[in-house]
Amino acid sequence: MQVNNEFKPLIVAFCCNWCSYAGADLAGNNRLNYPAEVKIIRVPCSCRVNPMFILRAFQRGADGVILCGCHPGDCHYTSGNYYTRRRMAMLFSMLDYLGIERDRTRVEWVSAAEGAKFAATMNDFVEKVTALGPNKRLEDLRCKK
Amino acid sequence: MQKVTASQLIDRAAALLADGTVRAVLGWKKGEFDYDITPAVFESEEELKASFVFNDFCGANVSKYLVRHTKKIDGKILVFLKPCDTYSFNQLLTEHRFDREKVYAVAIPCQGMADIDRVKAISGDGIVAIDCGETIRVTTLYSEAPVSVNLADVLEERCANCKSKKHVAYDELIGEEGEVLDSARFDEVARLEAMTPDERFAFWQNELSRCIRCNACRDVCPACTCEKCVFDNPQSGVENKAPANEFEEKMFHIIRAFHVAGRCTDCGECSRVCPQNIPLHLLNRKFIKDMNECYGEYQAGAEVGTLAPLVDYTLDDPEATDVLTRRDCDA
Amino acid sequence: MQRIGVFVCWCGSNIAGTVDVKAVAQALGHEPGVVFSTDYQYMCSQAGQDMIKEAVAEHRLTGIVVCSCSPRMHEATFRKTAQAAGLNPYMVEIANIREQCSWVHKDMPVGTEKAIILGKAAVAKVHLNAPLTPGESPVTKRALVIGGGIAGIQTALDIADAGFKVDIVEKKPTIGGKMAQLDKTFPTLDCAACILTPKMVDAAQHENIRIFSYSEVHEVKGFVGNFDVTIKKHARFVKEDICTGCGACVEKCPMKKIPNEFNLGMDNRPAIYIPFAQAVPKVATVDPNHCNMLKNGKCGLCARVCTAGAIDYTQKDEYIEEKYGAIVVATGFNPISMDKFDEFAYNQSKDVITSLEFERLTNAAGPTAGKLIRPSDGKHPHTIVFVQCVGSRCEACAQKGKEYCSKICCMYTAKHAMLVRDKYPDTEVYVFYIDVRTPGKNFDEFYRRAVEEYGVKYIKGMVGKVTPDESGVLKVQASDLLDNKQLHIDADLVVLAAAIEPDKSARPLATMLTASMDTNDFFTEAHPKLRPVESPTAGVFLSGACQGPKDIPETVSQAGAAAAKVIGLLAKDRLKGNPCVASSNELMCNGCSSCANVCPYGAITYEEKEFRMPDRTTAIRRVAKVNPAVCQGCGCCTVACPSGAMDLNGFKNDQIMAEVDAICK
Repeated sequence: MQVNNEFKPLIVAFCCNWCSYAGADLAGNNRLNYPAEVKIIRVPCSCRVNPMFILRAFQRGADGVILCGCHPGDCHYTSGNYYTRRRMAMLFSMLDYLGIERDRTRVEWVSAAEGAKFAATMNDFVEKVTALGPNKRLEDLRCKK
Repeated sequence: MQKVTASQLIDRAAALLADGTVRAVLGWKKGEFDYDITPAVFESEEELKASFVFNDFCGANVSKYLVRHTKKIDGKILVFLKPCDTYSFNQLLTEHRFDREKVYAVAIPCQGMADIDRVKAISGDGIVAIDCGETIRVTTLYSEAPVSVNLADVLEERCANCKSKKHVAYDELIGEEGEVLDSARFDEVARLEAMTPDERFAFWQNELSRCIRCNACRDVCPACTCEKCVFDNPQSGVENKAPANEFEEKMFHIIRAFHVAGRCTDCGECSRVCPQNIPLHLLNRKFIKDMNECYGEYQAGAEVGTLAPLVDYTLDDPEATDVLTRRDCDA
Repeated sequence: MQRIGVFVCWCGSNIAGTVDVKAVAQALGHEPGVVFSTDYQYMCSQAGQDMIKEAVAEHRLTGIVVCSCSPRMHEATFRKTAQAAGLNPYMVEIANIREQCSWVHKDMPVGTEKAIILGKAAVAKVHLNAPLTPGESPVTKRALVIGGGIAGIQTALDIADAGFKVDIVEKKPTIGGKMAQLDKTFPTLDCAACILTPKMVDAAQHENIRIFSYSEVHEVKGFVGNFDVTIKKHARFVKEDICTGCGACVEKCPMKKIPNEFNLGMDNRPAIYIPFAQAVPKVATVDPNHCNMLKNGKCGLCARVCTAGAIDYTQKDEYIEEKYGAIVVATGFNPISMDKFDEFAYNQSKDVITSLEFERLTNAAGPTAGKLIRPSDGKHPHTIVFVQCVGSRCEACAQKGKEYCSKICCMYTAKHAMLVRDKYPDTEVYVFYIDVRTPGKNFDEFYRRAVEEYGVKYIKGMVGKVTPDESGVLKVQASDLLDNKQLHIDADLVVLAAAIEPDKSARPLATMLTASMDTNDFFTEAHPKLRPVESPTAGVFLSGACQGPKDIPETVSQAGAAAAKVIGLLAKDRLKGNPCVASSNELMCNGCSSCANVCPYGAITYEEKEFRMPDRTTAIRRVAKVNPAVCQGCGCCTVACPSGAMDLNGFKNDQIMAEVDAICK
């Protein structure tokens, strides 16, 4: 049996219930493949995602974290994703300032109609994180497998 | 600009205590050493005369103490505020952290505060006495005569890059009013931004690895007035007292900076009290600089009641990627 | 410690084809707290649900994890199952192993591994789930309809007929809307006034309907079932209850040169006016911008001739506060401005008109008493060119027009062309089109009649330029795409089928209602197919063209549908809320207002509360309180809160962290 030693990143994707989670469902409905490394956590709105969740994911060994929400202007709760946009822009800029690789974090707006965009985004994100290799700069050694 | 003296402040405070305007005074008193000055509450003229000090080492921002002491004292409390303290004062008011009616704020001018490490670099160790006058005269165990040090040569970093000599809130002003200054406080952040990610990582790894999680930065921060800090709350999922490893330090400092982002007035207390001399203000200033550049100039505490950038938005804010890549084309 | 049951669904081969369901059930069975784990072909079937119920009883389960399709599909189903089994419905978590696993991964081991991890995350979350009970709130049995066009009128009539009180707020002095301005209606060619005005009268006379004309919604507070609305009733300077609509004032008013908006400025009206003969309410309105008495205090003629004594120059705007259980938006549409379309010479020639102006021109009650004449010289036009899609489907020039299809233009243009050829057979009629779109009952037959029986010349192609010459002839340059040639037509009249857009009042209204809109300012429906007449904001419903371009039959259908939804809501005495709402732990709350600053629903208020302090004294602290009936559960406040006092039921911090941990383990 051939052992595959290729690095498979662990990706946590936070998806808002109304747009992006539905977009992920649509990707499923249309059988659009993306890597199984992506594990989705459902939140009511992208604005529910606390920076602590993102850091926690990195701490516990995630190699990339992506946050998906409704397109600006389409938030089910009218304004949630506008706050998300500011919060994540600032958080990611801070992580960059601390020397964490930019490609490990991403915010993407995916509507419920954009199954194809969801799959394409995940393919691209996984590819970028794979290229970076394992997350060493934000890991917690105690949480090592 | 004439320096205000401790006796000036004591006289005024004693008068306000005597006429019943205030019931207590929030100021500074000497600690174990002359340079080791801590915030203190005084309730009588005797107490003031016994231990109230005001000199070049009164860097402590006492506005945070109003949260607790306005609740404790029946009647008004007098607080002495340096210009940068007034920003914290306003920010705490914006967040409804104390009752303005219970405070009598006396604004006092500030020429900047001395950094004891810089003083020691000139005078040498073993300080037994410091006398702050026109110059700072330092007596050490090893020097025959007191060493004279100029304040301008030993200013704290935050004072060398002072953002404002203007008081943005007070009931009474002692001395002259200053102005908002054009400071170079973001230069160091810009220098770090210009580094490669590897260099930045190395820089912060070096700095943050010294953290001993003493929580002094949090405890002194006038924005960190939470009834219960998430780092002390077992339910928060991030509670941890000791820096178990590298991640813990980063997590703590990122989350702390994020929690005060938009609310931090850049008073610089975190860096002042850090026993490990970690330049924590560079984290806060990074957020301030980013927010200024992305969402328009905003100075927390400049006015009461403004919306901090992270509890506000516009329809055409830049996306996270735009924020990250905004300087790439310059390079 | 929870006792958790795991139920892995095969979904036939949909899941079982790529995921080893037995392996998933077995693996999850070893998770801490899991006391029962099984798999079944169709968990959502009656047999599957019964299996869950039996397991709950047999294994004394306290929590359920279903590994199945998307929770958007069957979460509600399994919650009901749990409830039927005696569990709190919120003790159920779904692991989405179909849409987000078996359908997107091809490899069985990979799919199985991921399904196990997703299942573990759900188990980890259920461990922290707590029973939730939805709050209840009363329902005010009165509906508000904003807009008094055909959409609003129909909705109001249907709600009123069901026995509920309805108020219509109309910003114009009369209800009737755009339909009142139309001449004939497609595809039957019956006159608009003949079918609309009886409905207007019905609305006015209905015991359950109140009409606030010349009024606007000023402020909206509250939430589904409990809206507090302030209506601003503009001063019309005429006492509505006294005015008999006799029109004596209108006749005597000396200020007669004011462009008549009802006829789109094609004739004039006085400063005191009744928009049209069948206006409802039929009362006069004084135009304060032109009335001499109101502007300079000189005149007062209308007051002198009014035998009823209805004129009141001192009248002030009035604010009416009313409670409503439901709000229907029926703000309608307007044709877009033709200012940006210089190529059609709309602003240069009076003989280039929009289709709505054409309606007034052919309307027997219009400025020409229905005689089709050129507005410039009053002569009968012999050649008329209709231009379709002016500003519609404007992809390249979205700056100028609209990207969407305005939907109604093809049919009304066919109607116009047919009417012209019918009344004036000597008139040449050209229609330039991109496509002719006629989906609708009897619509295509109608269009074919225009071409085949009435000899309207349909030309596929766009008009490039219209140039008026000195003699008043409109030189039309156009392309014929089918014959691939340029055409030059000397026309007497050019009619532009202007795109339609939502009324300008819609955007501020949407903000007041916290209802969402699309980029074109059309109101967004809660679901484009399944909930087309509801706004995502609970208790707000959509009727007519405010939601998207619509013709009359479609508008009336939607109006009825919106009414049915409102009736369904008002028929309830109490509403059950969503229990997944935010709540603040007052022991940790700083009272800093960060949460209230970001709450889009105004659900957070503050109160002063006394707390024990460490030194045995007590102190008053300001703490946040969430109104669970107003909170919609977005969770924005939870991140704004620096102390972590604010948390979201169903998606608590520790629950999400547990999911993260389970995935990253």
